[in-house]
Amino acid sequence: MDINEIIKPENLVFKRTELMTDKTLSYCPGCGHGTAHHLIMEVVEELGIQADTIGVAPVGCSVLAYEFMDIDMTQAAHGRAPAVATGIKRLWPDKYVFTYQGDGDLAAIGTAETIHACNRGENIIIFFVNNGIYGMTGGQMAPTTLEGMRSSTSPYGRDLASMGHPIKMTELIAQLPGTVYVTRQAVHKAANVRKTKKAIHKAFEVAKEKKGLAFVEIVSNCNSGWKMTPVDSNIWMEENMFPFYPLGDIKVDGKIVKDLMSDLM
Amino acid sequence: MAKMRGAIVVDIERCKGCGVCVVNCPTDTIGLSKEVNGKGYHYSYMEYPENCTGCTNCAIVCPDGVITVYRLKVE
Amino acid sequence: MSEIRLMKGNEAIAEAAIRAGVDGYFGYPITPQSEILEYLMMERPEERTGMVVLQAESEIAAINMVYGAAGTGKKVMTSSSSPGISLKLEGISYIAGAELPCLIVNVVRGGPGLGTIQPSQADYFQATKGGGHGDYNLIVLAPASVQEMADFVELGFELAFKYRNPCMILSDGLIGQMMEKVEFHEQKERTKDFDQSWATTGKTKDRERNIITSLNLDPELQYEHNLKLQEKYKRMKEDVMFETFNTEDAEFLLVAYGSSARICQKAVDVARSRGQKLGLLRPQTLFPFPEEAIAKLSKRVKGILAVELSAGQMVDDVKLAVNGRIPVHHFGTPGGKIHSPDDVLKAIDEKLLGGF
Repeated sequence: MDINEIIKPENLVFKRTELMTDKTLSYCPGCGHGTAHHLIMEVVEELGIQADTIGVAPVGCSVLAYEFMDIDMTQAAHGRAPAVATGIKRLWPDKYVFTYQGDGDLAAIGTAETIHACNRGENIIIFFVNNGIYGMTGGQMAPTTLEGMRSSTSPYGRDLASMGHPIKMTELIAQLPGTVYVTRQAVHKAANVRKTKKAIHKAFEVAKEKKGLAFVEIVSNCNSGWKMTPVDSNIWMEENMFPFYPLGDIKVDGKIVKDLMSDLM
Repeated sequence: MAKMRGAIVVDIERCKGCGVCVVNCPTDTIGLSKEVNGKGYHYSYMEYPENCTGCTNCAIVCPDGVITVYRLKVE
Repeated sequence: MSEIRLMKGNEAIAEAAIRAGVDGYFGYPITPQSEILEYLMMERPEERTGMVVLQAESEIAAINMVYGAAGTGKKVMTSSSSPGISLKLEGISYIAGAELPCLIVNVVRGGPGLGTIQPSQADYFQATKGGGHGDYNLIVLAPASVQEMADFVELGFELAFKYRNPCMILSDGLIGQMMEKVEFHEQKERTKDFDQSWATTGKTKDRERNIITSLNLDPELQYEHNLKLQEKYKRMKEDVMFETFNTEDAEFLLVAYGSSARICQKAVDVARSRGQKLGLLRPQTLFPFPEEAIAKLSKRVKGILAVELSAGQMVDDVKLAVNGRIPVHHFGTPGGKIHSPDDVLKAIDEKLLGGF
């Protein structure tokens, strides 16, 4: 059968969402940021809420997220995205407002803003892309860098005694009454992408109901920072990141659905 | 028996040749080309087009959204 | 309907904000300005006008809430005092870079560091020379009465929106805490039509998306952006505001703003009764600074004394305006202590008249 018989408009089953701009993504080859961007915009497109959605870009690799997502966006100072989103949401209570943040932004410099936006139960969505490293500045140790993991500022591996422990922000904020839906997903495999998309749909539903904050962590790779090929980095992520940052829902409809204590052991 | 035949179209110049689609393809359809695109990347292509079922796995994991998928039911 | 009340300066700002139809206030408590947030919370502005009032977890969060909210095209403000303003400076720089209108109130206290909660004017440099990183300027208003605390809220928003630039009311603990008669304007409606041309109102099909950002990685674009900002700051000169007292026949001139100007007014009265021909120029805008007015007066008077509750900050701008034509002296009281009219008179005798 000739390929051209298949490649016809009536047989189209998947194309890139129109809510991504034509700009080439600034991310490294194989970086999960791109997949996460596409998923969020696919959901915004499917819900038909482009005119009702305002995003907040962080400082980090995704600082230029506003170049790629075809919605009104505000670029926040490092770590302050949840406060910026709070300001927008309080003044536009009927719009969907989300932040898109990395681990350095959300779990180090912006810890206070993250925790307090969650605790106030702001009706916003936080997308948290965790790759355990500072990507944009060149692969320094992040708050979520694993024990023993090498980075440019932990060249001999993260030493817990002197550098502290990797922080599980998602489990932490799940315990705050202001969060309604808290989940951890990934985007490196098709099955994970489909689950993440469902999670993003759920997060926008929560935002619509104005019951509190929805928090979607996406564990991702940083092949440049980890110094691996994209495919190898995804295997390394499964073997090393997922045991410490296990995937799945942590809180649904305001109820914790996971044994947090056993996880902390 | 009905069978699904698929095909993908890769936006060659936007492809960064990361290979994530290759390992996500359940039918071993996709490979990375020997040639490079304008940016020097070995872009992905249908190495064994007859294998493709149009499952979309490659397209949805593609970080750069460069893959468009078509599917046709053939008797 | 207008209304006359007896109020603290801080309370007057809060009441004026509600009446000006302000859409949002985000703040964090710090002495000597906590009455602003307290008054707003007590007044239930969400019921009076629908105004949003939120106590943030920090000054940093508060200014970033203002940044996000100002990007929606609505009227938003924050307030703090010196150490809190230092924390807000990163956010203020972003707001200036992204060209967003908003109002920031600084009820200044003595520093440096945690300093004291007593009144001071030692944040003049911080307020008028940018303060945060990068080449930027705020519009800076200096109220000298509780009435001006109220009036400058509306004026501040008018100028902030005219130039799409953050505006600061640079007050101090004296004006913030003292009670005076104040007349309020009638309640203004909150705006319902927002400027869709630049604000984050939600992208519709008929327009390009609106991005609020201060990031321009391309130095050519950043250069152009900076030139545009500088051109804007120059244009602000047309909104310079100041008051003069007894300058018509003055031989010597005091320059003072805010609470220090109130003290100087008394000193001028006393000096006049002694037959000394003294005048006072009180800048109401510190940026833009009334440099032309001071330059003009410097051709008529023999000497100028800048009087501030600081170790000497505004005096530099006076010197620049005078450009060496006549002697410019400084008398200041730093660290939260307030000088009396007698202290000023003594300084007039020693520094201003002493050389003549």
